[in-house]
Amino acid sequence: MLDQLINQVGLPIVYILCIVLPLVITVALYVWWERKVLGWMHVRMGPNKVGPFGLLQAFADVTKLLIKEVILPTSANRALYYMAPLIALIPALAAWAVIPFNDKLVLANVNAGLLYLLAMTSLGVYGIILAGWASNSRYALLGAMRSAAQVISYELAMGLCLVCVLVLAGSLNLTDIVHAQAGSKGIFDWFMWPLLPVFVIYFISGVAETNRAPFDVAEGESEIVAGFHVEYSGSAFALFFLAEYANMILISFLAPILFMGGWLSPLPASWGIVGQASVLWLFVKVFVFAFMFLWFRASFPRYRYDQIMRLGWKVFIPITIVWVLVAGCMKFFGWVTVGTGG
Amino acid sequence: MIDPNMFQLVCFYAFAAVTVVAALGVITLRNTVHAVLSLVLTFFSTACIWLLAEAEFLAIALIVVYVGAVMVLFLFVVMMLDIKQEHVREGFIKYLPVGIIVALVMLGEMLALIGVRAMHQAVMGADPATVAGMSNTAWLGNALYTQFLLPFEVAALILTVGVVAAVVLTLRQRTGVRHQQASQQVRVNPRDRVRVVKMAAEVPAAPQPAPGKETTP
Repeated sequence: MLDQLINQVGLPIVYILCIVLPLVITVALYVWWERKVLGWMHVRMGPNKVGPFGLLQAFADVTKLLIKEVILPTSANRALYYMAPLIALIPALAAWAVIPFNDKLVLANVNAGLLYLLAMTSLGVYGIILAGWASNSRYALLGAMRSAAQVISYELAMGLCLVCVLVLAGSLNLTDIVHAQAGSKGIFDWFMWPLLPVFVIYFISGVAETNRAPFDVAEGESEIVAGFHVEYSGSAFALFFLAEYANMILISFLAPILFMGGWLSPLPASWGIVGQASVLWLFVKVFVFAFMFLWFRASFPRYRYDQIMRLGWKVFIPITIVWVLVAGCMKFFGWVTVGTGG
Repeated sequence: MIDPNMFQLVCFYAFAAVTVVAALGVITLRNTVHAVLSLVLTFFSTACIWLLAEAEFLAIALIVVYVGAVMVLFLFVVMMLDIKQEHVREGFIKYLPVGIIVALVMLGEMLALIGVRAMHQAVMGADPATVAGMSNTAWLGNALYTQFLLPFEVAALILTVGVVAAVVLTLRQRTGVRHQQASQQVRVNPRDRVRVVKMAAEVPAAPQPAPGKETTP
């Protein structure tokens, strides 16, 4: 009985904490890095007062948020108002269950992993919609409406991108997808080459799914104040913040895993330690994508709402539909070699 | 020691109970948004039951399609509605007899179906995916795209017709609407819009006189 409890309840909880706690710390550091990078791109210093290089700034902010009061607006829907941040956060964390960090290091090696990810990322939008509705605020409702339309549109393009990957890999299992990108040609076996347009569309859709600039119309400070979370304060706001950044890091993990060989090394295997597949290579690739989120934010002005819809429906979805066909041809005529991994 | 089968049974009843309670909530809750959320919960717990039955693809597809997309749009619409509760309740008594008749007919049909199944004692074979040694998703994909390709494509075509019909029903030609042509906007040459004029730097002719004392108007 005790043995069973430890193996089936205790250990999984420890494993989950091993993923979630570093994730939360990473979110804090990522926020610091974002403010630093934005500062440098604007020729400013960024945070530099709290701790060395301002490193503790994010932790100071979290402490501030946690001791602030959560205010309930008048005639807001109490239960939904408090539930919304949780509904946004839970799928954002749950999606991490199927992310493989290397050959063996994965919490749940699910066969339908890709589908599970699609399901989890599509659930997060409920938190945003409910927050907007339950706040009883016009700005929040407008933000929620925009967010719902945007997420639905870009989810389609994203789903079609995933279809291309799974057609080539022949599997929904994320570990198998990375193995399918291993081969003798090294970097040229990665799926980003045969699926280059899809790769680009996937990452842009990922930026749109997480409601980040230049697709941040759901927040749109200059038009609708702060969108769906305008009424939230204190720890409830912190949860939204955490969910958004956890999702950004998730997308930054998925892009390398699906298209850039995950933990595989871009260098030839004969180069000693840097040529070996390692979780560090995955982190390097993730860092590049995580940085691109910030780079976009500093570089591009916000898209206009109708242009976002046009881009999603009239540009991305047709291209990905065509590329599903192309990927099918590649697979059928054997234009790409798919590794089986070791 | 906890028996895995026992645990599965307990889980099934728990999920089933949540499903039934949530489904009742859909038709009894007064707030329409709450009703929609309760429908979401119904779908979700149904997906959990399917997962227990090892139909993993169907379960996740239910969440992706219905919970992730259809219900979001549904919620979207319901939030925009301004429904007066009194009007919703008004016809309750008037339509009650019809409702009861429909419910009774459905109950009769369901009982008949259950009876037929019970009499024939159709024994379920082993899970074909397990027999073939494939995952549920892989087996379903193989079956859909080989054995059942024609019905699958016909279903896809019917759905497409449905989409076209919906668009045609709501499409109306309006005159005097000025649309933006995105392709033209992208193709615009900056030189047609902005003219950069080179000018010599203006040098002030004489040093500005020192500001005098402020004068009161």
